[in-house]
Formats: sequence, structure tokens, C-alpha cells
Amino acid sequence: MTASDLPGSGRGASVGARVVRPDGAHAPRTPRDDRRGPGDPQDRHGDVTVDEVALSAELAGGEGRAESADVAEYALWLGDDALILSQQLGAWIARAPELEEDVALGNIALDLLGHARSFLRYAGTYDGRSEDDLAYWRDEPGFRCAWLFQQPNGDFAQTIARQLTASTYLFELYTALQGSSDETLAAIAAKAVKEVEYHRDHAVQWTLRLAGGTDESRRRMVRAVGDVWPYVGELFRDEPLTDRLDGVAVRPSSLQPRFDAVIAAVFAEAAIELPAGPMSSAGGRHGSHFPALGYLLAEMQVLARQHPGVTW
Amino acid sequence: MTTPGGSTGSPTEHRETWPLWEVFVRAGRGLSHVHAGSLHAPDAELALRNARDLYTRRGEGTSIWVVPSDAITTSDPDSKGAFFESPAGKNYRHASYYTASEGVPHL
Repeated sequence: MTASDLPGSGRGASVGARVVRPDGAHAPRTPRDDRRGPGDPQDRHGDVTVDEVALSAELAGGEGRAESADVAEYALWLGDDALILSQQLGAWIARAPELEEDVALGNIALDLLGHARSFLRYAGTYDGRSEDDLAYWRDEPGFRCAWLFQQPNGDFAQTIARQLTASTYLFELYTALQGSSDETLAAIAAKAVKEVEYHRDHAVQWTLRLAGGTDESRRRMVRAVGDVWPYVGELFRDEPLTDRLDGVAVRPSSLQPRFDAVIAAVFAEAAIELPAGPMSSAGGRHGSHFPALGYLLAEMQVLARQHPGVTW
Repeated sequence: MTTPGGSTGSPTEHRETWPLWEVFVRAGRGLSHVHAGSLHAPDAELALRNARDLYTRRGEGTSIWVVPSDAITTSDPDSKGAFFESPAGKNYRHASYYTASEGVPHL
């Protein structure tokens, strides 16, 4: 994120088309310039045009403004979940098992960063804070992410177990949120759901391969599922805020049956038993966090805080 | 900060390399699949996904094929002469070599 991206970043920029000449020279196209057709005697080189590449808006949800503190708070929950998971996955870049997996995890991290930016922009419209203010200038108790997203990367199996549970939850959440009476939240969800569907597929594929691979990969996958499972419960806990936002927010408990069904199908194929231990009392929505979050925020925020206002 | 992959074995640990796959991407309806490059993947399903991540990041494709590199037989660069230079001078293989007969439409 850069400061220059901040307000109203939903611009539909377009890259200027260029005229490519056979001699390899590129000239910027100016209006009404070089419009001679092939039949024009003055035209000695032919006129090869490159289609204009229209870039779509970076942020979903347009210019909508959050109407109430509750809506802003809900957008903050969803934005923080995506932001923290994105930051976590970024740490895999150049360290994944293979180059191809570096790119895959990097793509997923960037998708999530896009969701985070859209939600945080919307959350900030209520009290005039920018997405950067929210990402870089809140301290740990000001974050609202659930504990699942705060679980450390661990080994590749642990990252995959966290991805499997997180993206299965997010897919169900965004599917339902598309029907929200809040147009901005519905628009962000409609964009995000397609991306999260791919994240879920990626995690499912890897869960099956790790569980059905070598003894060592299976041991790690089973352990990883057990390690992240206690933090799944928090995702489906109804809160006073979601009760108040009936019709705007998705009721967390309503997502659990679909989540359970998808996970049960994956675990059945992977021959992994559903962990039975107790769920954590995690309180991310109220600002009490897993110990790892402080370190992660320190790393994420240090540059912006040491050089306030810097762009990069 | 946690180190991703930090707990994965010793540096001397044996490391298998994934097989190589060739990727063909079709840019749009009515076009053919064109070779885009290659990648490593443990199996065909993941090769498709890796291809999606590596070669269609900017909306380049509507369809992807992946083929194990082993499955492709290539012509030998050293026999370029025998393979590809023989058509030179055989103009009768081109349609434009022939003059259209008068009075025959649609030729």
C-alpha cells in the first residue's frame, strides 16, 4: 500500500496503448495520430496497433462509506483476518518447498491483501482513517483478527492445515456475504469468493498429497491439523455485533454446517480423523490475541512507523 | 519471527526433484494452445494449478494443457538439413505455383 493509493483508490486506470512499428521503435500514441489506413500512400510502414489493456479497479466495493460504527467494526474483523493471513503467507516467499509453490503462496497472499485493503478502506470511511492508518498504526489490542489467522506458519504442513481451515471458512463466509444488505460488503465478497475458492482448492490438493504421501509427510499433516483445530471454534461463535448486524453481517454459527461438511469430505479422503480436543477460548474479536501476533505486527509495521509517511 | 520451513530436516537431507511439465495455454476462443513454458510439479493435477499460477496471472488464458516433458519427442537439431531444408526449390508444393484455369470459379 502506498499513501498515494489511499483515498478512492478504486480507479480504473488504463495503460496507454502504443504503436509498434516494424523497425522496433515504440511511439506513444496521441489522439488522432497515426490513423492512416493501409491504403494511404503516405503510410510506408503499416500501422500495427496493440489493444489497449484496461486495468480493472484494484479495490472491490467502490466508494461506499460505512454507515455505522458497527458496520465499520465488522469490516475491520474481516479485513484483519485477511491482512494477517496475507502477511503470514508472505513470509514463505523464497522459502517454499519449490519455486512453483513460492509463486502459488505469493499469489494467495496478494489475493488476501486485496480483500484486506477493500475491507479496511471501507472500515476507515466511518471515522476518516485510511487503510494504511488501520494496517500500520493500530497496536495489538486494536486488531480484531481471529486466532486461526494468527497461528504461525510452522512447517509447510501447518501452513496447509491453516490454509485449509481458513479458506474453507472464508469461502462459506463470502458466499453468504454476497447476499448482505450492505452493498459494499456484498461487492467485496462477490470478488473475493472466486479467489478464495481457488485457495481452498490449493489447500485441499496439498492436504490430500501430504496425508497420502510418505510416512513423514502424513505424520506432519496429521500433527498440523491437530495444532490448528482448537482455533476453528472461534470462527463460528456468534457475537453481540453479528447479532446487531442481522442482514448485514453473516451469522458465524450459520456457516458451521457447510464448513463441517467440506472438511469431513476432505478428511475422509485423506484418512485424517477429525480432532476431538477442546476449542480455544480465543478472543481475537475483542482484541485479546495469540502471543505470536505481536511479533508479526512488529515486522509488518516497523517500516511505516520508522519512516512515517514514506511511500514505496 | 518464525522461520517458515525452519523445522524441515537437515540440509543434507535427500531432496527429490519434481518432474518437469510443459505448459500450453490457449489465449481465447478459436485460438490454439501455444507453448508457454515449463514448470516442476509432483503430478498432473498440481502441474495444472502451478501453470495457472505461473502463466495466467494477467488473464492470459482460457484453457491450459500440461504434458509431461518426457512425453514429448523432439526432432533432432543436428538433422535440421535432412528434416527441414528439402522443400527448398519444390515450388510445385505451393498453390501459387499453379495458374488458375480460366472459367473455373472459386479457385
